[in-house]
Amino acid sequence: MTEPRKIEKSGISNGGIVAVCCAFVFGMLGMAYAAVPLYDLFCKVTGYGGTTQRVEQASDVILDRKIKVRFDANTAPGLAWSFTPVQREVELRIGETVQVLYKARNLASTPTAGQATFNVTPEAAGAYFNKVECFCFTETALKPGEELEMPVVFFVDPAIVDPVETKGIHTITLSYTFYPHAGTKPVASAVETKAGNANQL
Amino acid sequence: MAGTSAAHGDHHDHHEHKPLTFFQRWFLSTNHKDIGTLYLIFAIVAGLIGGTLSVFMRMELQEPGIQIFHGLAQMVYGFQGDAAIDGGKHMFNVFTTAHALIMIFFMVMPALIGGFANWMVPIMIGAPDMAFPRMNNISFWLIVPAFLLTLMSMFVEGPAGAYGVGGGWTLYPPFSTSGQPGPAMDLAILGIHIAGASSILGAINFITTILNMRAPGMTLHKMPLFAWSVLITAFLLLLSLPVLAGGITMLLTDRNFGTTFFAPEGGGDPILYQHLFWFFGHPEVYILILPGFGIVSHIVSTFARKPIFGYLGMAYAMVAIGAVGFVVWAHHMYTVGMSLDTQRYFVFATMVIAIPTGIKIFSWIATMWGGSIRFTTPMVWAIGFIFLFTVGGVTGVQLANAGLDRALHDTYYVVAHFHYVLSLGAVFAIFAAWYYWFPKMTGYMYSEFIGKLHFWVMFVGVNLIFFPQHFLGLAGMPRRYIDYPDAFAGWNLVSSYGSYISAVGVLIFLYGVFEAFSKKRVAGDNPWGEGANTLEWQLSSPPPFHQWEQLPKIK
Repeated sequence: MTEPRKIEKSGISNGGIVAVCCAFVFGMLGMAYAAVPLYDLFCKVTGYGGTTQRVEQASDVILDRKIKVRFDANTAPGLAWSFTPVQREVELRIGETVQVLYKARNLASTPTAGQATFNVTPEAAGAYFNKVECFCFTETALKPGEELEMPVVFFVDPAIVDPVETKGIHTITLSYTFYPHAGTKPVASAVETKAGNANQL
Repeated sequence: MAGTSAAHGDHHDHHEHKPLTFFQRWFLSTNHKDIGTLYLIFAIVAGLIGGTLSVFMRMELQEPGIQIFHGLAQMVYGFQGDAAIDGGKHMFNVFTTAHALIMIFFMVMPALIGGFANWMVPIMIGAPDMAFPRMNNISFWLIVPAFLLTLMSMFVEGPAGAYGVGGGWTLYPPFSTSGQPGPAMDLAILGIHIAGASSILGAINFITTILNMRAPGMTLHKMPLFAWSVLITAFLLLLSLPVLAGGITMLLTDRNFGTTFFAPEGGGDPILYQHLFWFFGHPEVYILILPGFGIVSHIVSTFARKPIFGYLGMAYAMVAIGAVGFVVWAHHMYTVGMSLDTQRYFVFATMVIAIPTGIKIFSWIATMWGGSIRFTTPMVWAIGFIFLFTVGGVTGVQLANAGLDRALHDTYYVVAHFHYVLSLGAVFAIFAAWYYWFPKMTGYMYSEFIGKLHFWVMFVGVNLIFFPQHFLGLAGMPRRYIDYPDAFAGWNLVSSYGSYISAVGVLIFLYGVFEAFSKKRVAGDNPWGEGANTLEWQLSSPPPFHQWEQLPKIK
């Protein structure tokens, strides 16, 4: 009780602290949204989760070692297509560019459009699986009953034989899933849409 | 230091005010102690509701087959026949989800942060009130509608033909987007949004109060550990909750406005939601436990009659836990298909947290070592906390191993682990704080007999619930199912009995509160003697409406 001393302060006013706190809050909110394009970019660059690479040029190195590539095709609920690979698998030399075909037929009585998503397993192979051309780069539209053969041109990067994670890979499975591309609808109204599709089938 | 500033006592109450009406005092409150009391009452109510849900779940799981939920679905939602069985199955999932959301957002957080921190942090640092008293009021009155929205979600349509939000508190898409198109999920998301906004406002308030309103001489390195723990918790809230808000806003727009953040057909990825959620979710578990760390430090120091061992180490261990807590989130997601290198990093980073946590555990033990220990009710709760939290911590280190987690992911082993750290850790810390500060907050002494009875019944009960769940998990019983193969029947029965014993424990707790208020044993300013040397013990019990009009001096 001798001399009156001052309250311990941080040197920043209350308003200043609130401003800094709000900056953190909105900064973190922004980071959450920034995570969406960054995550996409991260997958494309690193081949994370089996994301394949898109390239313009074929490989100029072709190794003697062979690798087997298997093909898988799925359609999401709500898209009345039959979608299958023409060949189940091919065996190719690493670095060699090959073309394979997938076949899609519209079973619905209306024209529909679809967009394919893709990945490869084992996922570590994604960074070495290079597509020169693919139907999955654009959306595909089919008239009722129309059948279409769709090409995929790809090669396996010779660098796959170096890293310890991928050098033991002898089989890669390339998988596609076709989703309806009808302008996405909110889930809340999706119940009615699904019921409608079920009637058509 | 003792007794210098207790002189200005009750006679200062309301000295420049007209007496407040009931509505003014409790609904328009700007007093941190009144708001703290409101938060504590709210947490008790929410805890009773959330606890009741868990007892129903244990009744269901007591025996293989479906015992009660088809009947409940018939009673509550009016389902008939086979529809009642299907409705009951979903209702079980709704109960697990609601139990988790209520216990996390509406019981532990309001009790520790809104309740005890609101009450004690300004007093402990020698401040007259919080920095923004009106914002404090808004924080409380936001949590009430948030709770009501979450409760309402249980009674409106979730998936087609069933009611409520199932699928767990994590709200993973696609089950939370295309899987449950009804409005239940929207209500739950809005409830979490508002609870989050409330917590962010509270966090800003605590940070400003602690940084700018400490009494003369109270430097950060002399500040009580509970204030430290709340400061760190507030920073964790500030940095993690906006990410949750972002993630669940994306869920909301995916559901209602046709965005495809988490829908692969539009180029989205459901795994991204898990990353966003756990970037919030992991700091959140430290938000739940850090204030408990602070409380237990005070109680152990008080009843061992020794200063806390390694004060600075204790404070910075909490800083380290908070900081490292932000870079370990993917250990909740080992099974989503991350590369081995990523898993290696998260295993390592997760295990690093055991070091500051170990510093805390050993410092508590070192504080007790050679002290003159009194086994009062708060002390037995605090020792119970240390023991049970350590058990949960050890299973946590096991689960941190990606290889082991591959087998134990989403089994009852995980349920046992996080209930040991939260239900037996955080909740024991809450009860320890309750008995430690009850005489200070109310002015009345609780009954030692009832307090100890409450402890032992609860201790036996919760261990009977959760210890056998380790065995169930190791045997492969998955979480979040209404039914299980007959082979799991034995330990499930034990677990359910434990749940009933704990429920009796809760009734003993409520009776103890009633008994203390009816007997009105006067506690005195400092019932704990010389070990209790933080500032709140220099005030009267209960403290004056406005404290520290004459600032306390800190040695």
